[in-house]
Amino acid sequence: MRVKRWLSGLSLFILLVCSSLVFAGPKIQSWHTDNGAKVLFVEAPELPILDIRVVFDAGSARDGDKPGVTAFTNSLLAEGAGSWNAQQIAERMERVGAQLETDSLRDMAWVSARTLTKPEALEVTLETVAKLLAEPRFEAADIERQRQLILASLLQDEQSPGSVGKKRLYQLVFGNHPYAGDPEGTRESVQAISRDDLLATHHRLYVAKNAVVAIIGAVDRAQAERIAGQLVGALPEGEAAPPLPQVADLDRAVVEQIDFPSTQSHLYLGQPGMRRGDPDYFPLYVGNHILGGSGLVSLLSEEVREKRGLSYSVYSYFLPMRQPGIFQLGLQTKNEQAGEALQVMRETLQRFIDEGPSEEELQAAKQNITGGFPLRIASNSKIIEYLAVIGFYDLPLDYLDRFNERVEAVTREQIRDAFRRRIDPQRLITIQVGRIDESLVKVGQQD
Amino acid sequence: MRRVMTGVILLLLLVTGQSQAEVVEHWLDNGLKVIVKQDTRAPIVVSQVWYKVGSSYEYGGITGVSHVLEHMMFKGTEHLEPGEFSRIIAANGGEENAFTGRDYTAYFQTLSNDRLEVSFKLEADRMRHLKLLPEEFLKEVEVVKEERRMRTEDKPTSLTYEQFLAGAYEASPYRIPVIGWMSDLDALQVGDLRTWYRKWYAPNNATLVVVGDVDPQEVIALAEKHFGPLKPETLAQPKPRIEPQQRGVKRFTVRAPARQPYLILGFKTPVVGTAEEDWEPYALEMLAYILDGGDSARLSNNLIRGSRQAVSADASYSAFSRLSSMLVMDAIPTPETSMDKLEAALLQEIERFKTDLVSEDEMERVRNQIIASKVYEKDSVFYQAMLIGQLETIGLDWRLADDYVENLQKVTAEQIRQVANKYLIESNLSAARLDPLPMEQQVSRQHMGGRHEG
Repeated sequence: MRVKRWLSGLSLFILLVCSSLVFAGPKIQSWHTDNGAKVLFVEAPELPILDIRVVFDAGSARDGDKPGVTAFTNSLLAEGAGSWNAQQIAERMERVGAQLETDSLRDMAWVSARTLTKPEALEVTLETVAKLLAEPRFEAADIERQRQLILASLLQDEQSPGSVGKKRLYQLVFGNHPYAGDPEGTRESVQAISRDDLLATHHRLYVAKNAVVAIIGAVDRAQAERIAGQLVGALPEGEAAPPLPQVADLDRAVVEQIDFPSTQSHLYLGQPGMRRGDPDYFPLYVGNHILGGSGLVSLLSEEVREKRGLSYSVYSYFLPMRQPGIFQLGLQTKNEQAGEALQVMRETLQRFIDEGPSEEELQAAKQNITGGFPLRIASNSKIIEYLAVIGFYDLPLDYLDRFNERVEAVTREQIRDAFRRRIDPQRLITIQVGRIDESLVKVGQQD
Repeated sequence: MRRVMTGVILLLLLVTGQSQAEVVEHWLDNGLKVIVKQDTRAPIVVSQVWYKVGSSYEYGGITGVSHVLEHMMFKGTEHLEPGEFSRIIAANGGEENAFTGRDYTAYFQTLSNDRLEVSFKLEADRMRHLKLLPEEFLKEVEVVKEERRMRTEDKPTSLTYEQFLAGAYEASPYRIPVIGWMSDLDALQVGDLRTWYRKWYAPNNATLVVVGDVDPQEVIALAEKHFGPLKPETLAQPKPRIEPQQRGVKRFTVRAPARQPYLILGFKTPVVGTAEEDWEPYALEMLAYILDGGDSARLSNNLIRGSRQAVSADASYSAFSRLSSMLVMDAIPTPETSMDKLEAALLQEIERFKTDLVSEDEMERVRNQIIASKVYEKDSVFYQAMLIGQLETIGLDWRLADDYVENLQKVTAEQIRQVANKYLIESNLSAARLDPLPMEQQVSRQHMGGRHEG
């Protein structure tokens, strides 16, 4: 056949992929600062730039009874610190061409910066970041302004069917667990947060033993040690945040429909998934890659988009966190075909759990994951994210070096077994946001 | 048709630090321009094929055709089954995608550097041998309509922006939404795509950009091998469709279910290639940076922090597009700020440029940021390729990306005052407001399944 002959040249390349299993990742060095912060460092002399990220176990899982307080606290760090107000902090950084970011999720909150390594830029950046970690001002006017911005962002979420659906999904999947809430909190909870709440949160969580410092750039080990010390040296030692509660399994399926004035329905399925360092990590990761984690070539994409044209985007993913994060599937489709799309998504998941992947699918996934390894560590901005994750979740320093080998070791039976043990289609949460009608419920409830 | 082979131009660019970027340019006999930039930092390569076609080449009735065709480029050729392109790239550990803009349609793969040939073989194939199967088209156009619903129909700010562009421009094809109007998508036929493909997908209407750890001469030889045999096309240049002079402020209101109002203001401005003076677009870029180049810039400092009239405020302008464009500002007011007040505050920022010279301190801050970002951009081979491809595809020289910093550094405060007085004037202004319709109470219904043990 013509098609086959034309391809023969390419299949050679495909065969080559399997032979290259051993990839050395970047050389990661690690130590602790005097006051107990863990540091991960990669020397990257090629470009005269430095990236730093200081991560705290200070995400919304630490909100306690004040939803949104950790994100609020993090967002105020750059709004005033030491003797500088927000404008002065921004001017200091931007005058030397440095970039600053603060952000937080459910597990982590962080401050990161990118700067040139020329001495003046480097000094200003380190001094500024250190100050906003250790001495944020939390001034009343800044708090009120920031509160208004968070409330505006929450309002904006309310006009997006996707945001409405995702927030509800987390509530139903995680129930009473701290992962249930949105990191920004709710309009009511954000209104109630006081300056004392913010100060207390900073005091409790922004401490050295609760911090991981990631560094990559054109500096050597001795410089990196000084840099880490300078960044977090002024923080009190403190204590690492205590272990988070267990995530409970769901005991039944729930289908919830939220009426929304949109032309599309956003559909979500969810269940608690897996944690970082989970014994099933690699079978679930590789399995999900096949199911819905590999873009256009995934099984979900094939069934929903390629065969039926039902949705522009369809996916599934595990979000591994300190405790099991979410396992989520999602798509968007015009309201009239929501029932059909949900049916296809559920059936595809069910079939994958029943049958697992074929040998060809598994091989293709392994080739994609292992062959793409050099891409995932090709830039400093990508490596620093790995450093933060490896440090924060206490993954071994050879995690990247051994990644391909672990992917390669996964078998079809392991994937099938792990999915059958971990994912129960009879206890999925189903959310529809859009124009709703009864017909979808039957699809969502079928066993 | 293009003149054959102007030889290889070799350029050594000294960059800060130790790496040297070598850029090699080469034309194939069939008119395909190949640009290779060596970056040996990581053993990867990005390969991008840029076509000079996008929504600004379209006209009423077939809007969105460039973007739908981009989707169909993954749906089978004379040699490949639908979806096979993506499966081969995936099996080679590659990442791939494509994007359509006003002035271009581009396809890219990022791969381990020993696999560049996979990309060339596949891209050369679909440059001239696309199948455009009717049954695949019927499914894919539905996918694109879902994309439109997701990106535009159900997003009130996007709806407002689409209406803003459609109203602000009269003759300029920049009024056309890249994704196309829904009724044009409904009426699109596979034959429309065939015509569009034949017309624009040819080596003499494309640029191949490769950046990564590769030997430029080997890349060129590989390009000769795979793209060399492709036949060029007789190209018709798009009609000029020059925007007539605007003669007064234009106003639009968009009413849609939303929680927050939203304001867009745009002034018609020239770009590199259409400006009366070469420096004017760079002065406009500097002006936009002064407004919104970072958290210390004027919009953040004055509107978000100072007067607290906005919860978000942005300004954007690009010196590089095929046709004249706009300097655009958009903002969301704080709850206690009226839309009139917000608009007045944004316009006040513009008026200030007409009288007061920008301080040297602000100019210096912007320059340093731009110089630094030029270094930062070397962390991404993809972004480096993007800059080259974009400039070439709008008919400019990729070297402008390297001259960019210098051209901005030459801008004086007086020049910023001049462009503000010349272009940022009321008769050039278009304004759109999102006027939120109430969103009904969100009714939710819950259905519990039976309890499962285990």
